Amino acid sequence: MSYLEYHAKSTPTGLRKILFLNWPLVLLLSAAAGVGFLMLYSVAGGSFTPWVEPQAKRFLLGLGVMLVVAMVPIWFWRNISVVAYLLALVLLVAVEFFGSVGMGAQRWVDIGPIRLQPSELMKITLVMVLAAYYDWLPANRTSRPLFVLLPLFLILAPTFLVLKQPDLGTSILLLAAGGGVMFLAGVHWAYFAAVFAAAGGLVAAVFQSRGTDWQLLKDYQYRRIDTFLDPSQDPLGAGYHITQSKIALGSGGWSGRGFMQGTQSRLNFLPEKQTDFIFTTLAEEFGFVGGVMLLSIYVMIIVFCVSTAISAKDRFSSLVTLGIALNFFLFFAVNMSMVMGLAPVVGVPLPLVSYGGSAMLVLLAAFGIVQSANVHRPR
Amino acid sequence: MKRNQKDQDHSHRMLTRRTLVLGGLQLGFTGALAMRMRFLQVDQADQFRLLAEENRINIRLLAPSRGEIYDRNGNIIAQNSPSYRIVLVPEDAGDVEQVIANLTRLLPLDEEDLERARTEMRRSRPFLPITLADQISWDDISKVAVNAPALPGITPEVGLSRVYPQGSDFAHVVGYVGPVSDYDLSKMENPDPVLLTPRFQFGKVGFESKQEETLRGKAGIKRVEVNAAGRVMRELDRREGEAGADMQLTLDADLQSYVQARLGTESAAAVIIDVENGDLRAICSSPSFDPNLFVRGISVADYRALTEDPYRPLANKTVQGTYPPGSTFKMVTALAGLEAGVITPEETTWCPGYLEVSGRRFHCWKRAGHGHVNLLDSLKSSCDVYYYDLAIKVGIDRISEMANRLGLGIRHDIPMSAVAAGLAPNREWKSRTYGQDWLVGDTVNASIGQGYMLASPMQLAVMTARLASGRAVSPRLIKSINGVEQPSGAGEPIGLNENHLNHVRKSMYAVSNDRRGTGYRSRIIGDGMRMAGKSGTSQVRNITAAERASGVIRNQDLPWERRDHALYVCYAPYDKPKYAVAVVVEHGGGGSSVAAPVARDVLLQALYGGTPPLEAYPAGDRRKIEAQQERLEREMRQRTESGGSDRA
Repeated sequence: MSYLEYHAKSTPTGLRKILFLNWPLVLLLSAAAGVGFLMLYSVAGGSFTPWVEPQAKRFLLGLGVMLVVAMVPIWFWRNISVVAYLLALVLLVAVEFFGSVGMGAQRWVDIGPIRLQPSELMKITLVMVLAAYYDWLPANRTSRPLFVLLPLFLILAPTFLVLKQPDLGTSILLLAAGGGVMFLAGVHWAYFAAVFAAAGGLVAAVFQSRGTDWQLLKDYQYRRIDTFLDPSQDPLGAGYHITQSKIALGSGGWSGRGFMQGTQSRLNFLPEKQTDFIFTTLAEEFGFVGGVMLLSIYVMIIVFCVSTAISAKDRFSSLVTLGIALNFFLFFAVNMSMVMGLAPVVGVPLPLVSYGGSAMLVLLAAFGIVQSANVHRPR
Repeated sequence: MKRNQKDQDHSHRMLTRRTLVLGGLQLGFTGALAMRMRFLQVDQADQFRLLAEENRINIRLLAPSRGEIYDRNGNIIAQNSPSYRIVLVPEDAGDVEQVIANLTRLLPLDEEDLERARTEMRRSRPFLPITLADQISWDDISKVAVNAPALPGITPEVGLSRVYPQGSDFAHVVGYVGPVSDYDLSKMENPDPVLLTPRFQFGKVGFESKQEETLRGKAGIKRVEVNAAGRVMRELDRREGEAGADMQLTLDADLQSYVQARLGTESAAAVIIDVENGDLRAICSSPSFDPNLFVRGISVADYRALTEDPYRPLANKTVQGTYPPGSTFKMVTALAGLEAGVITPEETTWCPGYLEVSGRRFHCWKRAGHGHVNLLDSLKSSCDVYYYDLAIKVGIDRISEMANRLGLGIRHDIPMSAVAAGLAPNREWKSRTYGQDWLVGDTVNASIGQGYMLASPMQLAVMTARLASGRAVSPRLIKSINGVEQPSGAGEPIGLNENHLNHVRKSMYAVSNDRRGTGYRSRIIGDGMRMAGKSGTSQVRNITAAERASGVIRNQDLPWERRDHALYVCYAPYDKPKYAVAVVVEHGGGGSSVAAPVARDVLLQALYGGTPPLEAYPAGDRRKIEAQQERLEREMRQRTESGGSDRA
């Protein structure tokens, strides 16, 4: 019996739970989503269709899911995390066989009326299962090789499956988030040093394998890396996205060109302007000020999560909250690096702002777990 | 199992520490993102703003309207008319092939054009219009407009296209325009960007080509906003261009039309020049062609017909054709002799029908010879031996120099294609060209405008005008540009002894008005209108000694291309010269019988500014002339009518 259950009696119950929700966090999430609606309205040329309306419905649904998840005791989530992880893993395998192909990769699986992207689900369940693992594991065994190997396997199995879809962005995210949770759990830093050294070796291997029979990445992934390293190489082809996105960003200037006045997005120079590249429209129309404001909202969301985690009384709550915050951070950090020309174009959406269903629902459900940890903290 | 409190605390501290480390890293990275944003959006904002503008703004050229060309009386020679074309926007058409099939049922479409359109369609974006048919008649356009519902994506468009309402009359002078080809562009060092706009018409030949820069004008500029696909979203601003300059030519359309009709189907050329100021009144080369065919894009069959015609309709024989001037050159030799003082007008030479020069016999055209001839007789009856003898005395260099002074062997600067310089040979020229010494036989040949001597009909007209005026008349084709009068071609006095000139003029008068003159049959009746002239018949083949012995073959019995060229130069009125005329009929036969009547008719038409009265003709010819006048008037009427229908 864990510490958490031992003190279960001192946690809020019934409708009182609502009072213990982290309302500022709900407000911040809504603010980020609001920015998303504004930008989707703009890129649609001043129209609620085709993007704002479904996005708003999904956000409301997501908020509902978040509240429901928040009401459920955190120990329930801990207890089902292994099952959830295995389910997500099975779905990832299923996608390999029955998945729909979109944008040159298998990412979706249709379950009845719901179109699910299992890799999104995996981002959360991986964090959950790792948190549960370290909650179970006595702290003094954390760094023993055998107990390091198990979570490593938990991380690498889905990473490998996602990489096969192929979705480089998500697999890097899984790896980083999983590694982050292990780090937080207190695994000895020497392991991380070893992993970074190995990663360096892997990068070298990836480049070495190019053009050989055992080529590790697909050609388009190599090309993306190439154009990332030198976008001017092919300004109208593969480098087009990065070049145009930088132009949009830069032309926004200090205060932007005004709402719905961004020529780059309005005249379709921006690729995928409603999804991965939506930040460029924000930066073009609201400038540096607008960009920094969104960034501040994101930072505050993370700060709230971290404070929840630090005040939590059990390892699962802390780790799962921090893991979700880390996931959230990785989302926007990778997306923004990508549109600013700091990272290759890997197809990671801007959390809560980009148009897209699975990502938003899963993210809000994850924040529901964060809320649950907050609500069910013994007081 | 209850956990050790110490362990609990330790792991919690560790968690907090690591959280702070990771949180710090995240904050640091976020800070880096903000810095990057600042770098792009604040430090480099101007540069990226510029790039965004470059993306967004597209500069389009507005084609200027081409200058129009008028004759001296304001008749239009070249104008810009609305031309209708049918364009298809594939995006709006849906089933493109079905639409094309529907369209084909309404009007005949050229399969070649359709194939070109299909290729263009595959290459260009679906919202850009593709031209299916150009230069469509108003009737066909209205058919298309009426059936618009069955033709989605099809729109009639109007543009300006060059039209030559006078048809073939000015084809050689004005030339024609056509779409700019890659070859045209390759010849230009720094082509005006407007030339790259599709369907831009550009002077290909003749005046249109020579005056291209002036006629073209300057392109305007329009700035448009485009989206990433290149579709125009809106126009931002525009700066109108400058229309091309309107040009007035010195030519007289009525006279030009008459001369063209008078030359008929002969392979011939005629030039009429104003003696007083060098204005070219008519320059005709026959047969001619319809320049409008070239504007529309001439069919292969039509083009082949033009290039394979032995009469060479595409060649402009007035300035680019050069012919041995034959006896029309004799005035030059005579003047060279008079100026050099080697002869006097009264001195006579004995003509036995030939002259023996260094063992070779040079024949006079009259086998029996002319007996004693002085200057006047020699021109009047065109005695060759008189000039053989004179030329040997005066030498080729002085003859060549005199030819240059009279406008032969030098290129006259007029804005037409391929203006030939002709040739007035001298010793230096022959040694330079052939590396051979000049022979006395060459001088003998040159004296009667044969051998190396070559002149274009225009040069012969200039020569005649200079003889008549005593001034260095130079031909002028452009009367005014945008209403600004161009310098006259009257020229300075040529510096020849007026007395000598008068002797030559008197002799030319005798050619036309003396009963025994070679041009007597083609004279003008009426005081104050009388003409002075000189005939020429230039050989294009050598007559062998054997042929001469058995009798020279008559022209009619020779194949066309071996017959003599017929030439005639003249001016009138004799007392107060106004117009000079040169006529060359290729392989026409005798100058006095073939070229002289044409020259006389043309001269009369110019002098009277229209159909001359029958009284101006010798009494015996009037019936024949009357019939001819009626026939020509009918032909000219028909021509203007067909020219009119071309315009529709």
